[in-house]
Order: sequence, then structure tokens, then C-alpha cells
Amino acid sequence: MKVVFERPRALSDVTTHYCPGCTHGIIHRLVAEVIDELGILERTIGVAPVGCAVLAYNYLECDWQQAAHGRAPAVATGIKRALPDRVVFTYQGDGDLASIGTAEIVHAANRGERITVIYVNNAIYGMTGGQMAPTTLEGQVTATSPRGRDIKQAGHPMRMAEMLATLPGVSYLARVAVNKPANIMKAKKAIKQAFMVQIDDLGFGMVEILSTCPTNWGLQPAKAMEWVDEKMIPYYPLGEFKVPGEVK
Amino acid sequence: MPKVEFNVDRCKGCELCAVFCPQKIIKLSEGINKLGYHPATVKEMEKCTGCAICARVCPDCVIKVYK
Repeated sequence: MKVVFERPRALSDVTTHYCPGCTHGIIHRLVAEVIDELGILERTIGVAPVGCAVLAYNYLECDWQQAAHGRAPAVATGIKRALPDRVVFTYQGDGDLASIGTAEIVHAANRGERITVIYVNNAIYGMTGGQMAPTTLEGQVTATSPRGRDIKQAGHPMRMAEMLATLPGVSYLARVAVNKPANIMKAKKAIKQAFMVQIDDLGFGMVEILSTCPTNWGLQPAKAMEWVDEKMIPYYPLGEFKVPGEVK
Repeated sequence: MPKVEFNVDRCKGCELCAVFCPQKIIKLSEGINKLGYHPATVKEMEKCTGCAICARVCPDCVIKVYK
């Protein structure tokens, strides 16, 4: 009898601080599996965000730098330019990437920085207690939108993948979800591709991953997985928005 | 025969493995683990097919799968 599934080598053997059912853990594991499969653990540097994933440096065995809120793509730019033989990735939530860090991500993508961005979108601010984020859906109840997000007052939920896909510096851009086994497999493929375009020096690679926040959504973990299908995917469609060599 | 092994003290009892298990053989234990949660467990291991879906949806990498 052989082992068909076990903890990837790049994933630290520790208990994470994430809430029960939080899909950050799945995404960490997928990144670790990709790092293992590409054999790049010793030359990979992650840049951690501010948000729930701020402690990601405790969970993946590569080197890490923690950046100021939203500035991970700028820090990753510096690391990659100083050490071009390293594989550099940022791991950012929607509060980090789509709100305070919007300028950094847009310009890093536009410059075609050879970095990989793992963008975890759960439509809410998790760490600070469930406030409305730029990605919060219309009508979604949060701590700061108790009657649901009002488009007239707060604007529309921001689709970062579609927006960034228009930039010529971007080589690979996909949106995936981790709310069921089939989607998890697709998410891993997309993460691998986003690392590959960096390794092949083709340009900027990013994967937007629709994630859950059972605690702040006020849902059981399994219900939160369904909520991604019911509410998030209709507004944030899955797919590859840009692949090397073509604009879709 | 395929089987799964749970790292019991890492389990947070989120039940995602139980929900997605095609055989529906994963349940939460009566007792609690070191973290204070009811950890997932399998009673009828002979029904396990070793598909590893439980392990792939587990956010805490609790499950090791043999086949």
C-alpha cells in the first residue's frame, strides 16, 4: 500500500491560525504542491501581505519577506530585480490587493514584473472583523454594510482579473475557485502556470482565487463553499483571462 | 485496502471532508482534540476507496491517504 496523498514538503508541519473551514489552508497547500513539483523550494521567496495571510511565512518553507499593507508587489519587484534567479511570489487578499494596494498591483502588472501573484478574494475584510471590501458583492451584509452593499454609495465590486488582463505586461491571468474538488484541481493548474510564466521569463503572472470566509460570512464552512457557487462565481466568472502569447 | 489517516490534533472540525466524501463515511468524533474541536474520523474504513477527495478539500492538511 503506498501513500497517495500527504503533506507537501514545502508546507510547514504546524497548525495554522486560520478559522475552521477557511480555504486559505487549501490555497497554501496548492502553492506548496506547485513549489514541490517545480523543485524550486530553495530558490523561492514569498512576500506576505497584511491581512489574515500575514502569517503565511510560518506556513510555507520558502524564504519570506512581509510587506507593508498592499505593497507586496512593490517589495516583490525589488527582490526580483535584485535577485533575478529567484522565484518571487506575493500572497495577497482582496483587502490588501484590491483596496490599499491597488496602485502597486496595477503598476507591477503593467511593468510586466517577473513575479507571480496569488490573489485570494473572499469578498470581505477577514482579519479586521468582516468589513466591506472593494470586492464585497452588491447586497452583501458586512460589519460596515449592515443593510447590504449599496452600489450607489459604495460603488461596484471590483473585478481585478478582468481589469489587469488588459495590461500588456501581464502574461498569465486566471480566476479560479477552491470551493469543490474539481475547482481545487483547476486552481492548482492555474497556480502552476502563473509560476511557469515567471520561470520562463514571459512576464507577470497572477491567479485570482475565490475563497471563503465562513466566520465573517456567518456561514458553516460547507455552506460557505456553496455560497461561492451561488453568489461569487456569477459575478466573478472563472477562467483564463490571459495566457502567454494572446489576449482574450 | 485503501485507508485514510487523520492527524487528529490538527483537525478543526470544519466537516468539509465529511461533506465532500463520496462514500459519506467521515463523521466528527464524540470526543475533543487538543485544539478543543471534535475531530473528523472514519468508522467504516473498509468502505474507503482512497480517492483522496477528503484530503484535497481539507484546509489543514490533516489527512494522509494510502491506496
